[in-house]
Amino acid sequence: MTRRYDVLVVGGGNAALCAAISARRSGASVLVLEGAPKFYRGGNTRHTRNMRCAHDAATEILTGPYTEEEFWEDLLRVTGGQTDEELARFMIRESKEILNWIVEQGVRWQPSLGGTLSLGRTNSFFLGGGRAMLNALYFTAERLGVDVLYDAEVVDLDIRDGMFHSATVAYGGQRHEVHAASLVAAAGGFEANIEWLKQYWGDIAENFLIRGTPYNRGSVLKMLLDKGVQKIGDPTQCHAVAIDARAPKFDGGIITRLDCVVFGIVVNKNAERFYDEGEDLWPKRYAIWGRLVAAQPDQIAYIIFDAPSLEMFMPSLYPPIKADSIAELAGKLGLDPQALETTVETFNGAVRPGTFDHTILDDCRTEGLTPPKSHWARPIRNAPFYAYPVRPGITFTYLGTRVNKEARMIMADGRPAANMFAAGEIMAGNVLGKGYAAGIGMTIGSVFGRVAGREAAKNACN
Amino acid sequence: MHATKALEEADRLMTVCNSCRYCEGLCAVFPAMELRRAFTDGDLNYLANLCHSCGACYTDCQFSPPHEFNVNVPQTLAKVRNDSYKLYVWPRALAPLFERNGLAISLIAALSVGIFFFGLMAFNDPAVMFGVQTGPGAFYRIMSHNAMAGVFGAAFFYAIAALIMGFRMFWRDIGETRETLTNGVSVWQAMKDTMALRYLDGGGPGCFNEDERPTDRRRLYHHMTFYGFFLCLAATSTATLYHYLLGMEAPYTWYDLPVILGTFGGIGLVVGPAGLIWAKLKRDPALRDENGRSMEMAFVVMLFLVSVTGLLLLILRATPAMGTMLALHMGFVFGFFMTMPYSKFVHGIYRFGALVRYAKERRALHEPTPSKAKALSIPDAKAGA
Repeated sequence: MTRRYDVLVVGGGNAALCAAISARRSGASVLVLEGAPKFYRGGNTRHTRNMRCAHDAATEILTGPYTEEEFWEDLLRVTGGQTDEELARFMIRESKEILNWIVEQGVRWQPSLGGTLSLGRTNSFFLGGGRAMLNALYFTAERLGVDVLYDAEVVDLDIRDGMFHSATVAYGGQRHEVHAASLVAAAGGFEANIEWLKQYWGDIAENFLIRGTPYNRGSVLKMLLDKGVQKIGDPTQCHAVAIDARAPKFDGGIITRLDCVVFGIVVNKNAERFYDEGEDLWPKRYAIWGRLVAAQPDQIAYIIFDAPSLEMFMPSLYPPIKADSIAELAGKLGLDPQALETTVETFNGAVRPGTFDHTILDDCRTEGLTPPKSHWARPIRNAPFYAYPVRPGITFTYLGTRVNKEARMIMADGRPAANMFAAGEIMAGNVLGKGYAAGIGMTIGSVFGRVAGREAAKNACN
Repeated sequence: MHATKALEEADRLMTVCNSCRYCEGLCAVFPAMELRRAFTDGDLNYLANLCHSCGACYTDCQFSPPHEFNVNVPQTLAKVRNDSYKLYVWPRALAPLFERNGLAISLIAALSVGIFFFGLMAFNDPAVMFGVQTGPGAFYRIMSHNAMAGVFGAAFFYAIAALIMGFRMFWRDIGETRETLTNGVSVWQAMKDTMALRYLDGGGPGCFNEDERPTDRRRLYHHMTFYGFFLCLAATSTATLYHYLLGMEAPYTWYDLPVILGTFGGIGLVVGPAGLIWAKLKRDPALRDENGRSMEMAFVVMLFLVSVTGLLLLILRATPAMGTMLALHMGFVFGFFMTMPYSKFVHGIYRFGALVRYAKERRALHEPTPSKAKALSIPDAKAGA
C-alpha cells in the first residue's frame, strides 16, 4: 500500500470491478479496496441476477429488439421523470456495448434453457447468478494485475478543493495511507446503516430488513458529501419490496421474496386491507409493496390466500403458515380472529365472477369495496388457508453523488472534481430518482464503472 | 421425513435452491429440481446421482458457507450419493463393504495378488515362473489359457451380475420403469452426455476443484480414465477374438491391434487416475464427503495399479520378470473385478441411469402438457432482484 497507484477504486462490486478492469486496460496501475471479507466481496452484486441492456436485434440469449427509445420510456415510467435525461440516454446508448464488453471480461450469460423458461427480451441473465459474475470479474482483474485487498475499510479521505489526495484505510489492524492519482468511489449506498436510515424514516427503519450485504453502510458516500461533493437524490427513496418477515436482518437475498400478493389479500396487524392487491402486473406490484408495508403499523403485513393458489407462484424459502379456518389462521398470526373473518367475508362478498388469468390484467375484480382489488380477485374460502408475514425489504438507496457523463463527481459549487469519479449505487440516483426496473442497477454499475475506470486512468496518466 | 440426515439436508437445500434458481443454467440437477416442489428419498437419490460434483453451484452461490443459509449442494449430494451406493448394493449383506471401502479394497487386492503368486508358484516350477518365456503362448506356460479364461470370466460375470442387480434397485428407488430404458432417444442423449461429460464443465468454463478459479483438468483426467478403460476392454475383447477365431496366441507383437489398444488404454489409465488422485488431494475440503473419500481413493488407486502392472508386463515380458509381472497384473485385475460392484465404479452406472431419466423428463417438458403449462407460468417472478 505504500506504493502510489494511478487509480484507487473503493468498493468491490460490479461497478468497482468494471472500473478497475477498464482502468487497468487503459494502462493504469490499480488498487481495489473491498471493505468486506473475501466471501462477502461484491456488495449487492452478489444477489443480482440480470442486467438490462438495449439491443437492436435478437441475440443468442435475448429475444429482440429492445431499442434505446423503449428502454428510455421504461425508465421514464418507473422514475416518473426523476432522471437526468442526458445521463440516462448516455447510459442506455452505452448499455448496448456493455452486453458484449462484459462477456469479454469473462462474464457468461445464461443460454436459453431449451425453451422451457422464457428469459425475456429486456434482460440478460448471468450464468450462475451475481456471485458467478463477480468471480469472473475478480478473476479477470487479478489476471490483468489489479491489486485487491479485502477487509480494507476506507475510514477517511483527504479531499481538498475538489481534489483527492489520499485515503486512510483500516487494514490488518492498522491504519494506512494510500496515495493515488485518481479516485473511483464505487462503495454502494447506505441501506445497511439503520442509524442513517432512521434520520429520514424515523424509528420505523428499525423494522426494515436489508436484503443485501451488511457492509453497505454508506461511509464513503457520507465522507464525499461532507467534503463538498454535490448530493443527488431523495434520501427516502430506495428500492423496497415486501419480503418474508422471517428473513434474516441482512443478506437474505432473492430467496426471501414473495410474489403471491396477487393471489390473495394483504392485511395489516389490525386485519384490515390497505391497498389494491390487483392493481398491476409484476414487476410493478413487486416494487411497491415494500413502501406500502413500511407505512403500516409496526411495519408488518400478512398475505392471506387459500388452497387453490398454493402452487401458483415461485416456491419460497419459508413455508407458509397454514390453518383449517380463517379464525385459526388469525390466531397463529396474532391477529384478531373476528376482525380477520370480517375482512375476508367482506372481500369474498365483493368479488364479481370473471375468468381468472394471472398472466394478464384479467376481469376478476371486486365491486363496492375500499380499497378495491381490480384484478385476479377470487373468494378466499377453500381450506386450508395460508399466510405469509411480510416486512419491508430494502435493496438499495438512491441518495448519492452527482456525476457527469465522464462519471466525474460534481462539487457542490457546480465545478467538476479534479480527479474523483463515482460509479454504481453511490451515483445511481442520477439516473434512477425513484422506482425500479429489474436489472437496471447492474446497467448503471457496468456502464458508469467502465467509464469511470477509463476516465480515471486518463486523468492519472495526464 | 427422510431415511438419513444427509437426505434431510438435501431436502432443505432443494427448497432453498428452488426459491433461488440462479444455478439453473449450470447443470442438469437444477432444472430437474425445478420440476418438483416436494422431494421423496428416491427423488433426492436421483438428483444426487445426476450431480457430477463440478462444484460450480457452490462457488457461485451467495448462500454457501459461511452464510447462515449454509448452502453446500455438492457436498450434501456427495453424501447422499455415497449412501445410495450402499442402499443399492447386491447382495445386501455386502453393504458394509462401502463403509471402509479403502481398507476393504486394499485387502481384497493384496489377497488376490497373493493368491495368484502362491497359485502360480505352487503350480509351476520356479524355472518356468522366473525364466525367460517368449513366443506364442508364453503367458500360458505360467498359467494355462483355459484357467485364465475361467477365473477371469467368472469374476467378470459376477461383477456384471452384481452391477445389474444394483442398477435395478436404483431404478426402482427413483420410481422409474423399464420403458424408460427402452426409449432410444433418451438413452442416446444420455450416452452423448456421458461421453462428453457434459455436466462436469461448470456451465462452460470448467469445474471447480481447489478454489474459485475454473479449470477443465478434472474432465480431462476423467476422460483419459474413462476412455482408457474402454480401450483396455477393447484390447481384451480383440485378444479373445484373436485367440478363438484366428487361433493366434498371446503375446502379440507391438503393432498388433490388442497391443496398440492396450498400450493407449493403459497410458490413459495411468495418467487419468494419477491426475484424479492429484485433483482429489487438492480438492477443497468444503466440497468433499469425508466418508466417501476412502472409496474414491481406493478405486482410482486400483485402476492405476491395474494399468501400471499391465504396462510393466508389456515392457518386461521378454525378461525373467515376466512371471512376476503376470502374477501381479492378474492379481490386481482379479481384485478389480471382484470389487467393481462395491466401489466407486458404480457411480458411472447410476449416473448414466439418472441422465436417461433426465433426458426423458426434459423432453416431456417440451410437449404440451399441464406440467409444462405450470412451469411456464412460474418464471415471470424470477427476474426480480
